[in-house]
Amino acid sequence: MINRFAELLVYNLMGLDSATRLGSSVHFFFYDTIKIIFLLSVMIFVISIIRSYFPPEKTKLLLSKRKKVTGNILASLLGVVTPFCSCSSVPIFIGFVESGIPLGITFSFLITSPIVNQVALVMLFSLFGWQIASIYLLSGILVGIIGGLVIGKLGLEDQVEEYVYQIQAGETKVEELSWEKRISYAKAQVTEIVSRVWKYVIIGIGIGAFIHGYAPADLLSQYAGADNPLAVIAAVGIGIPLYANVVGTIPIAQALIGKGVAIGTALSFMMATTALSIPAMIILRKVIKPKLLTVFVTVVGVSIIGVGYMFNFLVNII
Amino acid sequence: MEIRIYGPGCRNCVNLTKNAKKALEQTGVEAEIIKVEDMQDIIEAGIMTTPAIGIDGEVKIKGRVANVEEIIDLIKANN
Repeated sequence: MINRFAELLVYNLMGLDSATRLGSSVHFFFYDTIKIIFLLSVMIFVISIIRSYFPPEKTKLLLSKRKKVTGNILASLLGVVTPFCSCSSVPIFIGFVESGIPLGITFSFLITSPIVNQVALVMLFSLFGWQIASIYLLSGILVGIIGGLVIGKLGLEDQVEEYVYQIQAGETKVEELSWEKRISYAKAQVTEIVSRVWKYVIIGIGIGAFIHGYAPADLLSQYAGADNPLAVIAAVGIGIPLYANVVGTIPIAQALIGKGVAIGTALSFMMATTALSIPAMIILRKVIKPKLLTVFVTVVGVSIIGVGYMFNFLVNII
Repeated sequence: MEIRIYGPGCRNCVNLTKNAKKALEQTGVEAEIIKVEDMQDIIEAGIMTTPAIGIDGEVKIKGRVANVEEIIDLIKANN
């Protein structure tokens, strides 16, 4: 239906020819923009309802009883469903550490949470289908488990800023939510997120549409295809400083894959933009010392690169 | 009455403050709005997700931007 509408708009109303580069680029642009904004609204609503059942206080309680690997697995899974924006990562970090949750488990949560970003999942689902979206979800959880386990093993508790251990977190009641409140929360989330990300979606799809119509496929597949062993590392290196465009990078990645860039390489790129952004590092620096921050970036970076290679390898077998 | 808005100053906190001001205007209740921006104070109040709103020393809603109607209800319940 959306496709018909986009065709009507571009080929009939705007009078562009579907066989030309311009025509196909413009069609791609309208089709994807409408589809993504629509899906975003619907899915953020559903996800927000689910998330309203997992306030961080509940997560904290669940995690404070675990110590070993199961703790990392649980933390990573809860990272998917517990809602929080990046400005809350400091109080969550302090709250977890203060309640005795081991550092490694805290990091499993903090790594997965931004990687498995609801907007990223929706975009992946709408542009690549549920298979890729599920694999992305599983890889994100895996990176969180591994990253947290490694950080836990390194014994870096002294690399947390001293004041964190001194804070006495207060206790508050968890608000009982009625269905009415959950729905109004979900609606507010849709409005907030869509009004924040729509510009990036349009910019990303715009660039994606350009690549779709104009970029030389031979060149890209030569440099970033499955045969280039260094492509994944380069993609992660480029992805880290690109935080603001996390939403915009997905349509670009899709167009690049269409031009022969390997899927694992593109996925690593997306994960790097979400998990290791400069603003997130600046926020984390408030609670952890530079050495732990460096360990965090290295461990997560290496895990993401690993996932990228694993993915490229799996795709080759299939 | 004293209304506290907890949050480090991101967009959500600004929106929550706006909603609280509107709620006060609509109810006609006199109250002071205090912004709590220091992370330590926020955590000591027992808040893990910002923004949050508290009335007369008790945290009422956290982790989301409460809308005007909800704040009006809170004000009425505490007045």
